[in-house]
Amino acid sequence: MDCKEEIDLSAPGPSVIERYFTRWYKADVKGQACEDHCILQHSNRLCVLTLAETHPILQDGRTIKNINYKISNGCSRLNNKVAGKSKRGGQFLTEFAPVCRITCTDETEYTIYSCMRGRLLEVNEDILINTSLLLKKPSTDGYIAVILPKFEESKLVGENLLSREDFEAVVSKRAADVQAQPS
Amino acid sequence: MLPLKEKDKPVVQKLLSSGCCARCVLRFCCVLVQSLYRQPGEDESEEGTRTATEQSDDPPKKRMKLDDGLKGSEASAGSGDAEAPPAPALSHCVVCLGVLQEYCSRDHARKVAEAVKTEDYHFETILLSVSLPAQLCVREHSCWLHVKKEMREKVMTRVKDDIVPLKEAFKWSVQGLIATELGESFWRESRCIEESIIFPTLSSDCLLLVPSWFRCISIGPQCSDVFLLVHNVEIVSYCPPHGFRHYPTPPGRPTSICTSQAIQCLHTSIYVAGRYNKYSRSLSQTPWIIDGRRMMESSVEELIAEPLASSFRSKGFNFSSSGREDVDVRTLGKGRPFAMEMLNPHRYRFTKMEMKKIQETINTSSDKIAVRDLQIVTRECMGHMKEGEEEKTKSYTALVWTQKPIEKDDIIFLDDIKELTLDQKTPLRVLHRRALAVRQRVIHSMNASFRDPHHFYLRLKTQAGTYIKEFVHGDFGRTKPNLCQLLKMDTDILELDVEVGNCGTSYFQKGNPGKSTGSMTRIVQLGLDFSGDFPRLDVENVIFFFSFQKTRLKQYT
Ligand SMILES: [Zn+2]
Repeated sequence: MDCKEEIDLSAPGPSVIERYFTRWYKADVKGQACEDHCILQHSNRLCVLTLAETHPILQDGRTIKNINYKISNGCSRLNNKVAGKSKRGGQFLTEFAPVCRITCTDETEYTIYSCMRGRLLEVNEDILINTSLLLKKPSTDGYIAVILPKFEESKLVGENLLSREDFEAVVSKRAADVQAQPS
Repeated sequence: MLPLKEKDKPVVQKLLSSGCCARCVLRFCCVLVQSLYRQPGEDESEEGTRTATEQSDDPPKKRMKLDDGLKGSEASAGSGDAEAPPAPALSHCVVCLGVLQEYCSRDHARKVAEAVKTEDYHFETILLSVSLPAQLCVREHSCWLHVKKEMREKVMTRVKDDIVPLKEAFKWSVQGLIATELGESFWRESRCIEESIIFPTLSSDCLLLVPSWFRCISIGPQCSDVFLLVHNVEIVSYCPPHGFRHYPTPPGRPTSICTSQAIQCLHTSIYVAGRYNKYSRSLSQTPWIIDGRRMMESSVEELIAEPLASSFRSKGFNFSSSGREDVDVRTLGKGRPFAMEMLNPHRYRFTKMEMKKIQETINTSSDKIAVRDLQIVTRECMGHMKEGEEEKTKSYTALVWTQKPIEKDDIIFLDDIKELTLDQKTPLRVLHRRALAVRQRVIHSMNASFRDPHHFYLRLKTQAGTYIKEFVHGDFGRTKPNLCQLLKMDTDILELDVEVGNCGTSYFQKGNPGKSTGSMTRIVQLGLDFSGDFPRLDVENVIFFFSFQKTRLKQYT
């Protein structure tokens, strides 16, 4: 007995991200050209902070020397601990709170910002050990952090961010500008 | 006939002259012979009373006829006293305000029986429950103060608690009549008495008590009417004499009597259990509602409950099950145990064949679910279900997508992996409502079967609590190891089935099918929940609620 809800297997279906998440972007974070961030918001309001595919770290075959979640002498994101269902004790992040600093082998350093308000639930310790994860799977296993917005703010997360469509428009405009410039 | 003695005479006279009814006189004389209360009152056939023969074993006994009691002092033959007060003939009792008069009549019993018949209940035994206005206890207390001296002259140790409670007297008086009207005798003697409380509007009887004494118990005058009424009984019983000084003793003549507010019938719950399979990937177990909007048309619970409710003619249900599955997961195998509490069923007895028929109705009404082993069980079964004594090992089948093309040989190594321990961080999809933790779960064994270059079926036997979806797609690397790591490519889960009931314990005691032996009776009225242990009540009990509401009491306002 089956109620015939056959699925079409001839073409790949939507990915995990496409099924459960909404993608939000922030371009040129803190005025730094191309330092684009991406927020994946789950339908349950939870957010995952990642690098956008266009971030300089992910371009031109660069390699990472070091990822540091200690953002000042007094504050390390690695010390973040949340307890219970209500996630007590998690650090509260504002829109421009730095989450980590990434140094490439060419000594360029990038700061990754929260891009949203919310409670920090976890950081990705795997990328500390295996930095190539961030380069190979920036939007899944190479995520930066998990952030929980306040319930009443959860529907507003996208308001200060770009939709995927808007972000793609920004990126193609960027490409057009580069081409238009005489080399 | 009343077994009242000469010594009772002063009390009886005082009560009668105050305007007490015959049954209240019996109560205040602490008469515990139930049959005496059953004799018809003044509005009933008097035959039985008139022809009753005198008992000869107790010569000094002074006998009274029940109906004479109401008619005043001439009943106390032999006393011949001149000071007999004017007979309050045909008026209502000042203590019970008519509860032991017209509400104990055959007419009223007929009304109650009609109400039960209209509802068309099936039942074997019944239980009578009565709610009385709280202010009656004030009148009772007043009357007690009035005759306390005389009662103590007769028996030194008399206390107020010796008076037969109004509720008891009411039940003794009327339940036989109702049983006769219903055509059968199914009262359980003695202990099967259940009370309920109603909150009548605050009446002058209560108000009188408040200002003079209420502050003494340090609750303050600002407390709510509701509180006041609930505690009225207590307040009265602890009330010192001076607290009662504003209230007349004996209680004054009423201008109106109690009225019957409602006759309610309630059958105790029946519990039905079984196992269900869910064949749909777009069906939630219970109604899925977000922001007041239904996300899905139906639910497992509703598909099972509707045919049951129409067979049992019940008013509502409570569903519980041993665990649950995600909306998009099918439940195969023998099925997931569930139980359903049918609230206020009008029909309760079903043969095995009839239960089978209901099961068939459920199964033919939808292809999204199926049930089996449908049976009537005890209330205790429902409790076991909630404890969620789930199977320790779970069986799943997942349809897996692979990013790169695969061949049969590429996945065969999975079959050799045994007792694989996973570190699972709380999945992102439930992290918003569950604590963040890393949990170790074991995959006991796997079995992969190739479907096409991008798909294979993976059968898994795992420890309960393993998140299968996350094992397959990795959950951002938060489940380790995961299938992506094992196959060294991205994998995703397209479908998931859970098999339930093939290796678990039995939830239903064998040798006891279809037998209900509920020892608990639950009464819910006005949001109050009275749960308690009652000696050997059958589940089939129908409970009546009588609510008496005293409408007006003009004389004190
Ligand atoms: Zn009375």
